[in-house]
Amino acid sequence: MSKLLSITTILLATAAGAMAATDALAQANEQFIPALVYRSGPYAPNGVPFANGYADYLNLVNERDGGINGVKIVYEECETGYATDRGVECYERLKAKGPTGAAAFSPLSTGITYALTEKVSADKIPLVTMGYGRSESVDGSVFPWNFPLLGTYWDAADILVQHVGKLQGGLDKLKGKKIALVYHDSPYGKEPIPLLMERAKRHGFELITIPVTHPGVEQKAAWLQIRQSRPDYVFLWGWGVMNSTAIKEAVAVNYPRDHMFGVWWAGAEPDVLPAGADAKGYNALALQHSAGQGPVHADILKYVYGKGKGAGQKEDVGHVLYNRGMINAMLVVEAIRTAQGKYGKKPLTGEQVRWGLENLDLDQKRINQLGLSGMMQPLKVSCSDHEGARHARIHQWDGTKWVFVSDWIEADNSVIRPMVDEAATRYAKEKNLTRRDCKA
Amino acid sequence: MAFFIEVLLGGLMAGVLYSLVALGFVLIFKASGVFNFAQGAMVLFAALTLVRLMDMLKHTFSPLLFALALTVLIMIALAFLIERAVLRPLVNQPGISLFMATLGISYVLDGFGQAVWGSDVYMLDIGIPKRPIVLLESVFPGGVLVPSEDLVAALIAGLLVAGLGLFFQKTRIGRALRAVADDHQAAQSVGIPLNYIWVIVWTVAGLVALVAGMVWGSKLGVQFSLSLVALKALPVLILGGFESILGAVVGGLIIGAGEKLSEVYLGPLVGGGIENWFAYMLALIFLLFRPEGLFGEKHIDRV
Amino acid sequence: MFYREAGQFKTSYVADQAVFPILQDQIFIAVWLAIGFVLVPLVSSEYMLRAIFIPFLILSLAALGLNILVGYCGQLSLGTGGFMAVGAYAAYNFCIRIPSLNPLVAFLLAGGAATAVGIVFGIPSLRIKGYYLAVATLAAQFFLDWMFSRVAWFTNDTPSGSLTAPPITLFGLQFETPVRKYLLCLIILTLFAMVAKNLVRGRIGRAWMATRDMDVAAEIIGIRPMYAKLSAFAVSSFFIGVAGALWAFVHLGSWEPLAFDVNRSFSILFMVIIGGLGSILGSLLGAAFITVLPLFLNQLPQWLGASISTAMISHLEAMIFGSLIVFFLIVEPLGLARLWRIGKEKLRLWPFPY
Repeated sequence: MSKLLSITTILLATAAGAMAATDALAQANEQFIPALVYRSGPYAPNGVPFANGYADYLNLVNERDGGINGVKIVYEECETGYATDRGVECYERLKAKGPTGAAAFSPLSTGITYALTEKVSADKIPLVTMGYGRSESVDGSVFPWNFPLLGTYWDAADILVQHVGKLQGGLDKLKGKKIALVYHDSPYGKEPIPLLMERAKRHGFELITIPVTHPGVEQKAAWLQIRQSRPDYVFLWGWGVMNSTAIKEAVAVNYPRDHMFGVWWAGAEPDVLPAGADAKGYNALALQHSAGQGPVHADILKYVYGKGKGAGQKEDVGHVLYNRGMINAMLVVEAIRTAQGKYGKKPLTGEQVRWGLENLDLDQKRINQLGLSGMMQPLKVSCSDHEGARHARIHQWDGTKWVFVSDWIEADNSVIRPMVDEAATRYAKEKNLTRRDCKA
Repeated sequence: MAFFIEVLLGGLMAGVLYSLVALGFVLIFKASGVFNFAQGAMVLFAALTLVRLMDMLKHTFSPLLFALALTVLIMIALAFLIERAVLRPLVNQPGISLFMATLGISYVLDGFGQAVWGSDVYMLDIGIPKRPIVLLESVFPGGVLVPSEDLVAALIAGLLVAGLGLFFQKTRIGRALRAVADDHQAAQSVGIPLNYIWVIVWTVAGLVALVAGMVWGSKLGVQFSLSLVALKALPVLILGGFESILGAVVGGLIIGAGEKLSEVYLGPLVGGGIENWFAYMLALIFLLFRPEGLFGEKHIDRV
Repeated sequence: MFYREAGQFKTSYVADQAVFPILQDQIFIAVWLAIGFVLVPLVSSEYMLRAIFIPFLILSLAALGLNILVGYCGQLSLGTGGFMAVGAYAAYNFCIRIPSLNPLVAFLLAGGAATAVGIVFGIPSLRIKGYYLAVATLAAQFFLDWMFSRVAWFTNDTPSGSLTAPPITLFGLQFETPVRKYLLCLIILTLFAMVAKNLVRGRIGRAWMATRDMDVAAEIIGIRPMYAKLSAFAVSSFFIGVAGALWAFVHLGSWEPLAFDVNRSFSILFMVIIGGLGSILGSLLGAAFITVLPLFLNQLPQWLGASISTAMISHLEAMIFGSLIVFFLIVEPLGLARLWRIGKEKLRLWPFPY
């Protein structure tokens, strides 16, 4: 027993000592960028490529350019396992690291986004939720610290409705059709419902909502319901194992895969590969980019993997979620670069990075310079518009790779914006916030 | 009507899959009174081991057979290790400590499996057909759709139960196992070595986990979520009774059919997603009438 | 020699019935309270308070509640997460629908709501025992999870189903800073621990323990099993409900049903068993062990300067965490509280251990 006690004492002593040591490590010319990742647990197959893309891009900036205008990036991962309480702990752990604190957080989980929304405004650190998070946080006058860059779930749902409308030959042709939403039973999966209900009211289609319980390994009942109601289209709002299971269950009830449309989180390789050949014809939204490589990937292979510093396997560079992580990192880096234009080429605080995000303006020329031509559309963030761009394409799995089957579609702001305003106003009222004046 | 039959069949098939996991629980509980929560983690570990070994051995003439043999060996080693490191030191401890210990084992196995074999999704193709079959087309318009994948799974489960039945009834070891299940002390006093029996039971449970892992893995892809299927086996267990192999099968069928029928017919009325708790409620209702489950052993408390 | 009760005479009934009759225990408790109330807020960084101490205190309260049910009354429950959720959602609804309500009152009412739900789901315990009951309480867990994500009324029709707690203002004070939040949790925990300590040494506690040790025998000596079991469910759910409200309002600030899923139930059962069944100190020790250990393991490689990938760290964390649980169960199946009791024995005899 005494041995046990002494072991405990030693462990505690090391802990205390080590904690003191880490605080002293802060150095001058470094910009700290944290990453909340999940590399284990049920959502790891999707979390790992994203985290790798994120890490590799930051590494590339260090290796190729020597940092952002000479300011080295220091990067640290913290494992959340997609659990909200671990996410909050990670946030607390990382928010004050580095000489100026964390530049921006990208939690890659709608649940963690909700939990952090209030904490970041108290700590003055921007929250970049690229393609996820709260849809109403587009309104920067109420949510100054949230940046749902490139699109929200309301955009995604809107684009999908527009696309199937086009397939039918016009949105008015949707009248009397049935669309089923098979969704992950969490804030993430529920986000698109208000918009789809709004669209259903406008165009007269019937919306069937079918929840699937986390983590989504058991969906037989959901797909039997689909077999019974025979919807014209199925929208899939899944994450992780839920997506591939859905495709397999669709096979089991003979539902045509080419009438299934996934959100951009249901359209990557781990979602279709486990279903094998049966996934052929399955469609999903592409958040700007799809799989594939561009000049930036050549640089990553040369400067990062060439030096043996890659976060993952060489072969996985250019996968859908890898690219998404990479673009997320790129946006954070560009925001810091923008902010450096105003505050000087030194490590910046979260508050300064927020200014950079809000004034982020990537035109086609800059996108080409970054080696991302063809992978994304120009983006311009402003105080009232925190997403900057709301375009997406549909890509289809042809059995071996993703192929684009649609042109760029822009979400219809005349539908979404009133909803954003209403939800943001409601939030502001609940929290007693005064709107920022975006014209000032 | 055709749709009702489809839902019922689908539910029964799903139930068979739950039974596969529940069987592992029953085996261990029967022989040692341990509520083995690590069964789910064992399913994941076995499936991961198999699929990764198949990948490593893909140049041999039959990767499946070789990998299967190796995995069986690994599962035996695992049973041996668990008996030595966990069960033996905890002998005669209250059931709840043993239950906690198996939760500890499940953490270790989850971590170890992912650390060694990776946490990606791996495809497991053991040649189970995937296309659905349409039956009774002459009777109902459109016929009744039966997923062939589930049929094969049901067949495997049936074979497994028959095999286990034979093993328990007809072999010497099986008789010893039943003796241990009846009364530890009496079994020990007639010369049945308890430790040895435990290794065997855990091995058998490991092999059942392997079969469950193969069936579930070929359905879902081998990945972490496999270890969560244990939660689906729990209502089956309490409905069927912790000590009964037959109970695991019958319980699985009742739970599977019950939850699918409820989800399809009652779910839409209340917003859906009810099958998870409905399975437990169903089991709870059965328990109120038979507190030991349908086929569990009746315990009489004496003061 | 350090822990000797010889010579401490009790000269009145009051002294005889004191909660801590022994001087050393009184000093011990006083020292810990001083550390908790004074030292910790003074020296802790924001991270320590927010990420370690606050969750530790709240989960201690939940573990204390569960220990009343499992450790004192012997009814195994895996529905803790669900009952915490009841507390969280009830507190939210009380605060939103009655804006003038004092949050503290809302927490207590939330505990009351959890009590009601706990009694309902405790009814099967009159007929079902042991593991069967444990699995049956999972029915409560999954049903409550489902209810809070499906019934829009509970979430005040928030479309995403994710709720944000209103700020806590008590007696004109804003509970925003980590120190204040910490002190709020500590005060609540201290009060509840005192209540629990007194309950378990009173008549009702004895009824629980008799039921735990053998319910048939307890019935024969005149303890009504229905009263004993349901009161344990009620008290336990009250504690857990308050803990759930605190977890949502003070720790997370914003939550969804997933924050109270079945893993939460398991981790609190872990705390109770690792800490020691039927021990109030054990609940706290167990909560400390289960809350701090994973974070410690997760950050240890970095402190030691080892560069291990994030994935490997979290796998190692799971493996070491699991092994340590098994290790502690083998070394001391009765929990960490038992270690403390052994320590006291040693201190009494030291330096002449015979």
